[in-house]
Amino acid sequence: MNIQAKVDTRGIVRGGETLKQHRDRLMEATRRTKHYAGLERLEMRDSDPIKYNKLFSRLRAGVVDARETAKKIAASPIVEQEGELCFTLYNAAGDSILTSTGIIIHVGTMGAAIKYMIENGWEHNPGIRDKDIFCNNDSLIGNVHPCDIHTIVPIFHEGELIGWVGGVTHVIDTGSVGPGSMSTGQVQRFGDGYSITCRKIGENDTLFRDWLHESQRMVRTTRYWMLDERTRVAGCHMIRDLVQEVIAEEGIEAYWKFAYEAVEHGRLGLQARIRAMTIPGKYRQVGFVDVPYAHEDVRVPSDFAKVDTIMHTPSEITIRGDGTWRLDFEGASRWGWHTYNAHQVSFTSGIWVMMTQSLIPTEMINDGAAYGTEFRLPKGTWMNPDDRRVAFSYSWHFLVSSWTALWRGLSRAYFGRGYLEEVNSGNANTSNWLQGGGFNQYDEIHAVNSFECAANGVGASAFSDGISHAAAVWNPEGDMGDMEIWELAEPLIYLGRQIKASSGGAGKYRGGCGFESLRMVWNAKDWTMFFMGNGHISSDWGLMGGYPAASGYRFEAHDTRLKELIAEGGPIPHGGDTDPQNPVWDGQLPDARIKRDKQAITTEAMFRDYDLYLNYMRGGPGFGDPLDREPQKVADDVNGGYLLERFADSVYGVVLKEAGDGMKGVDLAATEVRRQAIRKQRLAESVPTSEWMAEERQRILNKDAGVHVQQMYAASFKLGPRFEEQFRAFWNLPADWKLCEADLPIPSYGREYSMDISELPDVRTVQFVEE
Amino acid sequence: MAYTKAKIKDLVDGKIDRDTLHNMLSTPKDRERFQIYLEILQEQVEWDDPIILPLGPKLYIVQRKSDKKWVIRSQAGHDFCDWDQNWKLYARVRVRSTPQQMEEIYPRLMAPSPDWQVIREYFCPLSGDLLEVEAPTPWYPVIHDFEPDIETFYKDWLGLPVPERA
Repeated sequence: MNIQAKVDTRGIVRGGETLKQHRDRLMEATRRTKHYAGLERLEMRDSDPIKYNKLFSRLRAGVVDARETAKKIAASPIVEQEGELCFTLYNAAGDSILTSTGIIIHVGTMGAAIKYMIENGWEHNPGIRDKDIFCNNDSLIGNVHPCDIHTIVPIFHEGELIGWVGGVTHVIDTGSVGPGSMSTGQVQRFGDGYSITCRKIGENDTLFRDWLHESQRMVRTTRYWMLDERTRVAGCHMIRDLVQEVIAEEGIEAYWKFAYEAVEHGRLGLQARIRAMTIPGKYRQVGFVDVPYAHEDVRVPSDFAKVDTIMHTPSEITIRGDGTWRLDFEGASRWGWHTYNAHQVSFTSGIWVMMTQSLIPTEMINDGAAYGTEFRLPKGTWMNPDDRRVAFSYSWHFLVSSWTALWRGLSRAYFGRGYLEEVNSGNANTSNWLQGGGFNQYDEIHAVNSFECAANGVGASAFSDGISHAAAVWNPEGDMGDMEIWELAEPLIYLGRQIKASSGGAGKYRGGCGFESLRMVWNAKDWTMFFMGNGHISSDWGLMGGYPAASGYRFEAHDTRLKELIAEGGPIPHGGDTDPQNPVWDGQLPDARIKRDKQAITTEAMFRDYDLYLNYMRGGPGFGDPLDREPQKVADDVNGGYLLERFADSVYGVVLKEAGDGMKGVDLAATEVRRQAIRKQRLAESVPTSEWMAEERQRILNKDAGVHVQQMYAASFKLGPRFEEQFRAFWNLPADWKLCEADLPIPSYGREYSMDISELPDVRTVQFVEE
Repeated sequence: MAYTKAKIKDLVDGKIDRDTLHNMLSTPKDRERFQIYLEILQEQVEWDDPIILPLGPKLYIVQRKSDKKWVIRSQAGHDFCDWDQNWKLYARVRVRSTPQQMEEIYPRLMAPSPDWQVIREYFCPLSGDLLEVEAPTPWYPVIHDFEPDIETFYKDWLGLPVPERA
């Protein structure tokens, strides 16, 4: 009996604690001292900084090396071309020590999975042993969306657990209702595809056969799935080997100290950067995106989901005098019957992806920044849902559109201090997502998910234009990929690829433009595709006089007779259809059935060979008054295909003249006159804000707005009483003015009834934010 | 790393060279930037009331010389309101809420749909300079986007005397 009792109480963590005891002790010390793990001094860093930095550099380089090496195993162009993978090293408590390049949002998500295992007794059942392999993609416990598959491997030293390593790849299909990794047709989690909750999928460094057989048939793209898994396992094992080598050379004590001090170091680093780069105070901003589901081309299984809605995220950043900060999202929309919901961890962890591009542009990316930030995400909102039915497959639809507002807030601080090099008006809405599936050119069941939009336009800065067709906020290492590779992966031939003119927001410095690819279906069978992006709303506002980026639209053409047109040698669509207001392709396809409209989200539509699909990647927002743009730059934009010519006049007040060789130059004198006239026109067409407010107030009193707009406010009022209070005070609304979802002529299932994952038996969720 | 006033002026003017820009982005921030930046901006405006904090390329919090009040002022010299108020409430605004108005800025189909989103342009009443653009849904309150804690910023973060305030 005594021997048995001893076995039960000794945990697997180095020193004998159980995982739960270890994490509880760390968290208690963090709360008590306000320093991670109670580390009020960084003993190793301060006493032996060279060893500390040597450890850091070696481990960081090894983690990056593992990513670069392992991705060559993958066949999926999402991983191999776009670099949609990431490896992170964690300490025993599941807090990240350092991470590789790539999709670093997962610095937090895989840690959330480890913490879930810790809190729910995985140590005892199913047990955690050296050389085990776990898999997770459960968005209800912290993953971004089901297509991000985590492989998690514990790291042991002399029989005791000293940490974990996690690897993640974005797979091309998860077996959801529609093909593609971020599909739109499902409205609940049960249609989101294969969901795995921290499952032990292997031991002794070998994957279980039942796992291999089950998982490969749960998705459409089996070959990619299996090679992605080998990518993750290989990277994790490389990093585990590295840790063991480092311990052999530097000693376990040094590694153990480093594994905790690095997190506190990250927390202090954030605080120092906040003081070095920002201004204390309050910053307020808001993001929106459209969910246009009432349209006939959005086919969802449930009537209650077939409504137009708007997602809303107001945010307030408070930067305090001591360099700490708080981000409060009071007033955010409720979760919805679509796939655009997010877990609190993905919402907050993704913010670090942004911050690494300005506030903390260091290699020390770990959970320290999370411990240095207070988040408040009201429970029940789209980014902290209180219902276990919610779907997540394209959480990015509103993640990117909410975060873009935070750029504006921080940029006000950078601008105020003169750090203009850090100012960014915002990111692009990273879409369109070309997705679909059927039988491909190799006669296999297939799904496609083009990642060309890893290269959208970037927001303008305060000293230069945003970079065009260059980046996506979720992957600082993103790339549009080679057309030849996409053509191998998809039964879709490129007829053209060009800059998307006028997609970047106007400004003294304009947003970077996106681009567009015209794809022709070729050698596909039983094929479908759909669109996924913003359409009615431009989610990316400009800054300080800059305009929002353009919003999206769709173009698809069926029954094109392209086969005959090609045989006849006539003109066919390539590029050149630069202005959707004056379409060219429609005339080249006189008999085609064309859909060219604002419905930028659809569900699976049938496509046949020779049908066309336009993949339009969005631009970034602008900075500053367009009338202050250097006139020659406007001419250069027209000459380069970045701006449609008519907007040189109406937006920029630039009068162009012929400059030879078909190029445009600037008539400077006429431009000066034109700009003066526009300034006068602005004053003539504007009114004092107070006057407009009186009119708008009357519209509010009359409930004069679309039902989708009213629904947005009503849902935000219910979850965000402070938001409602501020709204009522701003508009000075009478007490009897009420706006309730129940009174609107559309269904609002989920409004009153919800059931959180934490209400399931024997489930302990981990709360990372204030709710 | 420190930069000369000429280099910082190049940055303000949008003419910074790539090597210096790279240093600015990749090395720790130069704490003295703020004061040099204010000097440059002060030389660019036609009034001599001291700039306390820039809010935009043509918008500032200034200490009005005549009465030492802190006010929000445009480049053209319009005083909107006290420094801690929402200046947009005292500006002129044009709201783009029809497809025709949107299509002056964007091609058709690439413009927001005005029953989902409007564009609100806030102008300086003196010059017609466009100082801020908001693009919310209809009914959205005018956002008070920045309330700086100038005293803490000057005194505790930069070690500078806080400008006198009436």
